[in-house]
Amino acid sequence: MGIHLSNIAFNDYLEKLSEKYRIFAPIVKEGKGKFAETNVVGYGEIKTLEEIEIDKKSYFSPKEIFYPIRETLFYFTDNKIEVPKFEEKPLVIFVRPCDLNGVRKLDTIFLRNGEAVDFYYKRRRDLVKFVMMECTEGFDTCFCVSMGSNEAHDYDAAIRFEDGSVSLKIVDDALMVENLDGQENIDFEPEFIKENKVKVNIPDVDKVTKETFNNEIWKEYTSRCIACGRCNTSCITCSCFTMQDVSLSDDNRIGERRRVWTGCHVNGFSDMAGGHSFRDKNGERMRFKTMHKINDFYKRFDEHMCVGCGRCDDVCPEYISFSKCINKLNEIVKEDSANE
Amino acid sequence: MNNPYLPQAYKILEIRKETAIDYTFKVAFQGNVIGGQFMEISIPGVGEAPISICNFDKTSLEMTIRRVGRLTDKIFNLQAGDSLFMRGPYGNGFDTNIFKNKDVAFIAGGTGLAPIRKTIDHFMTGIDETKILEVLVGFKSPSDRLFIDDLDRWSKFGNVTVTVDKGDDTWQGETGLITTHIGKLDLSNVKEKIAVVVGPPIMMKFTTLELIKNGFKEENIWVSFERKMSCGIGKCGHCKIDETYICLDGPVFNYIKAKTLID
Repeated sequence: MGIHLSNIAFNDYLEKLSEKYRIFAPIVKEGKGKFAETNVVGYGEIKTLEEIEIDKKSYFSPKEIFYPIRETLFYFTDNKIEVPKFEEKPLVIFVRPCDLNGVRKLDTIFLRNGEAVDFYYKRRRDLVKFVMMECTEGFDTCFCVSMGSNEAHDYDAAIRFEDGSVSLKIVDDALMVENLDGQENIDFEPEFIKENKVKVNIPDVDKVTKETFNNEIWKEYTSRCIACGRCNTSCITCSCFTMQDVSLSDDNRIGERRRVWTGCHVNGFSDMAGGHSFRDKNGERMRFKTMHKINDFYKRFDEHMCVGCGRCDDVCPEYISFSKCINKLNEIVKEDSANE
Repeated sequence: MNNPYLPQAYKILEIRKETAIDYTFKVAFQGNVIGGQFMEISIPGVGEAPISICNFDKTSLEMTIRRVGRLTDKIFNLQAGDSLFMRGPYGNGFDTNIFKNKDVAFIAGGTGLAPIRKTIDHFMTGIDETKILEVLVGFKSPSDRLFIDDLDRWSKFGNVTVTVDKGDDTWQGETGLITTHIGKLDLSNVKEKIAVVVGPPIMMKFTTLELIKNGFKEENIWVSFERKMSCGIGKCGHCKIDETYICLDGPVFNYIKAKTLID
């Protein structure tokens, strides 16, 4: 079951929806590209369909909307601690299937890893409805099909953009609005991409051994990776953060504790006071991230973390390809297990 | 909804100087604690860090803190009567049932003695019994020794060896790295003997290897890890090694598991 709407009628729908929700989608951010006078596609608030960038992959993932880059956990005054008030409007976010699958992995860490539920993540996450944008073509660096994340079914609504109109399937009644002009009932089920240009073969977790961790291939990345952390910040599934305390007065009586995004590639990620640190070489960090995305997470939660969105390949200033890395790894695991 | 990130202020009851850079802070605390667990302690506006619990009773807990950075610098300025912010305890801790009626050696390097201090004391004071109880502790120098009173007291109940990497003019005890003293443990029943090893990464690596060389079974060796942590509850990702979260699954691990963890 679905409805067919002209672009004009869909904009009317968005307008009615925006009374209750803030609506986010990939948009072109002019002048925000990495070179002068270039644009970047990122997530931003929209009012109309025309603002949505449909033909390009967003450079950043939608996670920043409901898992902010920087978030105040509490303010303190002397010994009194106060959690910031939270009176935000519910959110509607337009996402592709890969990202919707990615959100589930974020949920896994914040809501289900260990007994504690992440208070700050949950209170924002509970406000989010996802509209899945049909994605049947993909982009050059995508490998979602190999990761099994080309399909997603836990959307609140799904949409297909057509020439001058849209097809919409609303699953969650909270996204219904009354009296849409020109609404036509149709059968609409979103379709999914069946093949990407890039394919990866993931090594079987049972075959990944200590030798895999110690293999020479990681050394190459020590000379290539510059530990900028772009692959971490652009990734829909990277969830790591670090605490940051800020004192707002000289006598340290007023201040706040925040958390900010960080990542396993970033310098200092594992440094402890007193001088001990781990994974000092950038190749070791590449190994750590790769294993987390396609091996470790699976061992803990029975699904791979990586969704194959390919953003890490898009953003790397050193042209390191994660999909190529996975394939290389698969080859050495195959060799190692053949030699046994 | 419970907010696990909010620390509470706890009153500092007593501060004991162990060495020039290690102080033990006794804090009023009521709650269930297991030896080997840790707290996230903080001073809002300065920072938060995981610190091992080295002692506790029904109304207090103690943590031995080394002055090594911005947060611990500030903590060292606190006095009895001031407040320290804490949340926890976190982690699995040592299950005392593992050591009951067994032949046990507790081996620590430097501040590694803090997380196992309570568990050693549990057996030294006879709350539960072991068959043979040995403690082997190594420090850099005589002035780096921690829990001197405890070590003296324990030596009345068990076999306690304190060694220093380098002695001074007055030092009459043992010298040399911990690994050189492994062979001097009571190895009469080494196949059944349990060893706990806690200390800096390099010390744990070579000590466990030396234990195995001397006939210890891997499954009878226990270790405790230390990592950077921002949350202590499995979210921040700092302490993750492979599929293991030190804060959730550790910090105490059997060697069979620990030896597979590759940073």
